[in-house]
Amino acid sequence: MLFLLFGGSALVTGITMVLFPNPVRSALFLVLNLFCVAVLYLLLNAYFLATVQVIVYAGAIMVLFLFVIMLLNLGTPDRSLDKLRWQQPAAVGIAVVLAALFGAVIYQSVPAGPPASAMMVEAPTLYAPRAEPNPMLTNQISDPNQLRAITPDTMGTVTGIGQSLYNPGEAWLFPFEATSILLLIAVIGSVVLAKRRLPGEDASAAGEREGGTG
Amino acid sequence: MPGQTNSLLNSYIPVLCMGLMALFLVVVFVGLSRILGPQRPTPQKLAPYECGVTPIGSARERFPIKFYLIAMLFIVFDIETVFLYPWAATFRHSGGMMLFNLFEMAVFVGILLVGYVYVWRRGAFEWDN
Repeated sequence: MLFLLFGGSALVTGITMVLFPNPVRSALFLVLNLFCVAVLYLLLNAYFLATVQVIVYAGAIMVLFLFVIMLLNLGTPDRSLDKLRWQQPAAVGIAVVLAALFGAVIYQSVPAGPPASAMMVEAPTLYAPRAEPNPMLTNQISDPNQLRAITPDTMGTVTGIGQSLYNPGEAWLFPFEATSILLLIAVIGSVVLAKRRLPGEDASAAGEREGGTG
Repeated sequence: MPGQTNSLLNSYIPVLCMGLMALFLVVVFVGLSRILGPQRPTPQKLAPYECGVTPIGSARERFPIKFYLIAMLFIVFDIETVFLYPWAATFRHSGGMMLFNLFEMAVFVGILLVGYVYVWRRGAFEWDN
C-alpha cells in the first residue's frame, strides 16, 4: 500500500517535473520526488539512506539547483532555444531501450510470475507484520566476505552503516578517508572557479567577470 | 529479524502522521478561506498595502555567482556532517577501537579543515569581496 502510494507519487511528480516549462516549478517537483524516493528507501529498510536522501539531496543539492537556475536566468521559458531537432526522437528511442533493459533485468531477477505483479508482491513483504525471512535481507547477507559485520537487524540503519564504515576490518576505511580528499577538491575547485579575483590578478578581467555575472 | 526491522519502520509512523497532519491543515485552512471568504476584489484591495513595496522590475534576473558558491560549500560540509552521523552512532560501542575511530575521524575532519581554512583565507565567506 505504502509502496504503491509513494511509488506512484514519485512517478507522478517525476513526470510533472519534466513536463513543467518553468524550471523553478520543475525543481520544486523534484523536491517532492526526492521525498517520495526517500520513503521508498525507508520501505526497503535503508533508513540511513532515506535520511541522507532528505538531508543532502532534498536539502543541499536542491538549493544548489535553484541557485543554478537563477544563475542561468531560466525564469522565462524559451521554446525557440530548442535547436536540436533530432533530440526528441532520440530521447524516445533511448527511453524504449532503457525500458527494455529494465524489463529484462526485472524479468530475470524474479523468476516466478510476470515482472509487474512480482514487484508489487515483493515490496509489501518488507513491512508485512509476520513475513517470512525477508528475501532481500537474506540475499544480501548471504555473501559473507563482503558484509561481515552487518546483521539483518542493523542493516541499513545508522549503526549498521557506521559499523561497516568505520570498522578497520572492513574494506571501507580507505574509501572513507579518500572521500574527504574528494570533498576537499570540491571545496577548492568551487572557490577557485567562483572567486577568480586574486590580489595579483589584473582588475580588468575580474571587472568583466563581475559585470557578466552580476 | 523481521520483527526488529518492522519496529524500526513503525517508528516512522509519527513522521507520516505529521506529514498527513500538515497536509490536512493546509487543505483545511486554504480551502475554508477559499470557500467561506467573500471574494470581491477591487484594484484598491489588490494593491500592496502595508505589506511590501510595489515591485520594480522582474524577479527573473540573473543572480550573482556568490549564491552558487555558498550553496556549493554548504553541500560539501553537509556531506561531512552526514559522515559524522554513523560515526557518532557507533563510536560509544566501538570498544577497543575507540581510539582508532577517533583518529580516523580526526583525519577526515582534518583534511576537510584544510579546505575550511583555505576558504576562509581566500575570503569566500565575505559577501562584499
